[in-house]
Amino acid sequence: MTADVNVAGVERWASALGGAALAAYGVKQMREDRSVAGAMLTAAGGALIARGGTGHCPVYAAAGFNTADAESTRASLSGSRGVNVEEVVTINASPEQLFGYWRNLSQLPLFMSHLVSVQQLDYRRSHWVAKAPAGRTVQWDAEIINEIPGELLGWRTLDRSDVVSAGSVRFKRATGDRGTEVRVRLQYDPPAGKIGATVAWLLGHEPAQSIREDLRRFKQLMETGEVPTIAGQPRGQQSMFNYD
Amino acid sequence: MKALVWHGTNDVRVERVPDPAILNPRDAIVKITSTAICGSDLHLLDGYIPTMQAGDILGHEFMGEVVEVGKDNTKLSIGDRVVVPFTIACGHCFFCEKQLWSLCDNSNPNAWMAEKLYGYTTSGLFGYSHLTGGYAGGQAQYARVPFADVGPLKIPAGLADEQVLFLSDIFPTGYMAAENCDIQPGDTIAVWGCGPVGQMAIRSAFLLGAERVIAIDDVPERIRLAQKGGAEVLNFADEDIFERLKALTGGRGPDACIDAVGLEAHGATLDAYVDKVKAAAFLATDRPSALRQAIHACRKGGIVSIPGVYGGFLDKIPFGAAFQKGLTFRMGQTHMMKYMQPLLARIERGEIDPSFVITHRLPLDDAPRGYQMFKNKQDECIKVVLKPHETVH
Repeated sequence: MTADVNVAGVERWASALGGAALAAYGVKQMREDRSVAGAMLTAAGGALIARGGTGHCPVYAAAGFNTADAESTRASLSGSRGVNVEEVVTINASPEQLFGYWRNLSQLPLFMSHLVSVQQLDYRRSHWVAKAPAGRTVQWDAEIINEIPGELLGWRTLDRSDVVSAGSVRFKRATGDRGTEVRVRLQYDPPAGKIGATVAWLLGHEPAQSIREDLRRFKQLMETGEVPTIAGQPRGQQSMFNYD
Repeated sequence: MKALVWHGTNDVRVERVPDPAILNPRDAIVKITSTAICGSDLHLLDGYIPTMQAGDILGHEFMGEVVEVGKDNTKLSIGDRVVVPFTIACGHCFFCEKQLWSLCDNSNPNAWMAEKLYGYTTSGLFGYSHLTGGYAGGQAQYARVPFADVGPLKIPAGLADEQVLFLSDIFPTGYMAAENCDIQPGDTIAVWGCGPVGQMAIRSAFLLGAERVIAIDDVPERIRLAQKGGAEVLNFADEDIFERLKALTGGRGPDACIDAVGLEAHGATLDAYVDKVKAAAFLATDRPSALRQAIHACRKGGIVSIPGVYGGFLDKIPFGAAFQKGLTFRMGQTHMMKYMQPLLARIERGEIDPSFVITHRLPLDDAPRGYQMFKNKQDECIKVVLKPHETVH
């Protein structure tokens, strides 16, 4: 695929996106120990699995989504064409470095906290396992449908997957000496019907936050080699009034 | 280990807590030999800083000996004696590379919280609420230091703890406040607040070539200490600060003004009392009466430098005066790593001995009493140093 074709594919951005990480991004809990997130996951996970069973791939339903406003840092849209999310972060590294790390898909769980593993099946295809409530997992296969080294990676889930989505990550050198803008777009189609409406409602705002936190971890890992944490540090006796 | 734990407004206790462990590859664990109570800790004690949680360990001015080092930390070794800066910085982001260390992109694990309040996150801080990371602080026997290959400054043998301890915060903070004044020959610098940071700012202003420093406070022992440092002092309890500053500067006003007071200003003016009532009624979060005076008194085209901490929303700032007079504002948490090494050199050369502010030395067990003394300015308390591994003093 030539660069021209990719650029021209804007009006059908879904074709340049791929989507493995639906559950990934869509159903991920923003912070791990929140029961609301758990409930959300339960509903979403079940609904998505049900949806996967139909074999219908809604990726193409996203055709026509306008990416002309790509400079907007956040877009979390839901409606008949599913949920579309876009997030961007600037990382102090070269596009080539960042692309290289991301393209090694097995490393994605290091910063996508909802993922258990990503296994490369062949050059284009991969198998994804994500966390679901009650210690269960959601799994799917994905394929890379667009790749411009150092610039763009697009993927979508394969038919018959539990999870149906498309996504892309674009690496663009920032102005001046400011590193690389890493822009992720994800789209997925919640199942129709009552349960679908529930999922859409529940996930209305979470996906953007989830992607933002994943991208933040990616930045932290790329810039510092680690993800900052206080989990496991000492503290005194806690009160029942703590907000967490 | 033992640590000073926050439980609520005016409630801090020394408790037994688990020892810290290495959590990330660039971490280090420091056995703390000296640690201090900071004026900004009083904002926590008084409940002015949001996102504190019962159980949080306080303290951000500490030093000690490295006892454990993470696998990717190639800078520190076990046995190194270090001063730990209160800001945590990764060393590799856009901001760290520009020496804007306190604006580090990567050191706050609760970045999303700060983004909600401030738009963007700033660096993580030790022992200073979950908004800045929730890191366990250094009023304890041990502390885990993240990104310990960036912050901690190795201290050569021959310097006492007390000479270098304040490189952890108040000396660089007072120094940056003075540096932000862009001091020119002949300049007069006015300093609101003669607490520890104000004291450091007074001396730093002279180190940087100020002709005169005029300090403003109402606590006798702090006034005396400022005078000892070469400052002329105005007492806001019985003088009209604006008129006096104007008179002392030939009608021009100070060339630069330093607000070393921050969000809990205790002024004697009407607006200060109004602020207190508003803050109590949650109509405003911060009480900026010192800042208002500084803006009003500053000469045209002058600089207002703000090391005093603000966290929320300020009411009735005379922005018209600031605009019409073309003032420049400089502020923010201290970019510690830019100043620690050069200031250590000044200490080694004998240009300054920051231990002059210390009035009390207590074992950690007495920390709650130290907080009360410092807060209520009892026993002429200006600065408390705690010794975490001494039980009897």
